Amino acid sequence: MSIQLAGLTLASRVMVASGCGGTGRELAPYVDVSALGAFVTRSLTLDPREGNPMPRVAEAPSGFVHAIGLQNPGLESFLALELPWLAQQRARTFVSITGSTLGEYAELARRLVNAPGVSGIELNLSQPDGPALGLFDSREPFQAARVVGTVRRELPRGVALTAKLAADPIRVAEAAGLCAEAGVDALVLVNAVPALMPDGRQAGLSGPAIAPLARRCVADVRAALPDLPLIGAGGVATAADARTLLAAGADAVQVGSALLHDPTVAARLAAELEGDA
Amino acid sequence: MSGAVHVQGELLTVKRAGSHLHLTLVAPGIAERFRPGNFVAVSSDDRSLLARRSLWIHRVRPTGSHGPTVELVVSRDAWPGGLAQGDTVALTGPLGRPFAQPKEPVSCLLVGEAHGTAPLFPLAERLRERGCPVSMLLSAPDEARLFGALEARRSARAVTVVTGDGSVGQHGSVADVIADALQRSSADVVYAVGSAPTLHAVAAAAEAHGAWSQTALEVDQPCATGLCFGCAVPVVGEGGMQRSVRACAEGPVFRGDRVRWTALTGEDA
Repeated sequence: MSIQLAGLTLASRVMVASGCGGTGRELAPYVDVSALGAFVTRSLTLDPREGNPMPRVAEAPSGFVHAIGLQNPGLESFLALELPWLAQQRARTFVSITGSTLGEYAELARRLVNAPGVSGIELNLSQPDGPALGLFDSREPFQAARVVGTVRRELPRGVALTAKLAADPIRVAEAAGLCAEAGVDALVLVNAVPALMPDGRQAGLSGPAIAPLARRCVADVRAALPDLPLIGAGGVATAADARTLLAAGADAVQVGSALLHDPTVAARLAAELEGDA
Repeated sequence: MSGAVHVQGELLTVKRAGSHLHLTLVAPGIAERFRPGNFVAVSSDDRSLLARRSLWIHRVRPTGSHGPTVELVVSRDAWPGGLAQGDTVALTGPLGRPFAQPKEPVSCLLVGEAHGTAPLFPLAERLRERGCPVSMLLSAPDEARLFGALEARRSARAVTVVTGDGSVGQHGSVADVIADALQRSSADVVYAVGSAPTLHAVAAAAEAHGAWSQTALEVDQPCATGLCFGCAVPVVGEGGMQRSVRACAEGPVFRGDRVRWTALTGEDA
């Protein structure tokens, strides 16, 4: 069952969350990526990033603590080596971007919208270890909205703009409201929760452990903004998890850490939700 | 890698060998695609444990009487599933870049650490089929964690065993005996499986000896399928460019002279 979201027709309510689908190619043995609602890339920066030294991931009860450090090939290599494959597969591709300055966000957006195969841009405004990585500080809602406004000006119609917000139930409705005023088409709720690796480095916590938090954020934003499209993310591993988030007010869901445990889960959820009204 | 499948494996037999389990699973699709150096990723059915366990494939039988089977050797605490016949466990495989094999019949030394010797046996079989003389060096902290010493005597023309406590074979580590083993085997190629410090020693000794090394790295691989970028290995690519690749997707087998071992083991920190 296809859905309409932010001016796009998506093949399913199930999307692949940023940072959990490799380059897309690694999922190909287990799922037809064109049958998913969207493939969201790992967060891209203007220049390549090596990422953090090992260890990068630690198991936590019902979750992962992760400090990958935004390893990515940078815009040029992404456009040359990764995007063409996604376009060829007819994947609905949302490119997740993040930056150290508003100027970097703007430049990334400007150059991505001219590339064939980009359906949307997902602003990563809530990287849980953003301070350690020197990212533009968008923890204050008005700063998050400034990024949205900056990138909105670069986008033509037909390219959707989404923003991924922090798992902060106290301020998420305020941030959502300001981002909506600044022109965002849909919000992704929520990013990994700020955490620490066992060795004390900044990290994020993802997985079923944060699912109730994601649900709360979705419900609060839905109550504040009845008409804004919302994409729920956080610990979705089963069709029941997805339906719970949809019932809380999400229009679609992203599957992330569950793919690490079972790479076929996105395809299975898409099929299971197919029959839902 | 595009040949991997995700299946529910059915446990056929469990044998205890020292501190290891030797498991045989019916796993259609994996056995048929296997090449030496491939591994499988196993998921726990306990939903609170999300990371996958990467396990070496010891042997495959594409046409067993129960259907295609894979045999895995794991240390007892690494197996996340049940141990009763008929138990099922989610398996993905075969994964990873396998060992590159020589086209000419050259002399090969195969080095394994603990259960890391398991994938060397199917490799030894292929190498012998190509006319390559095979020697083996098996190591472990102690006798209980040594795997495959008997089988090695059938697979290789010369076998060296070294244990950390001296309970069997020579007393010491791979690093202590690798130069001598290379000398005695006149190896042109050395294949090694184990932890980063052991592989570093093997790669350095191979280079000093003038041999090629193919090293299969054991590191934690949270997803094992290339999705998460959680198993970074610093390498030097063509043209001297340093970059970070994934052990599960670009490895686990690397040319020993391409890995920046000191960056990986933290020795240069």
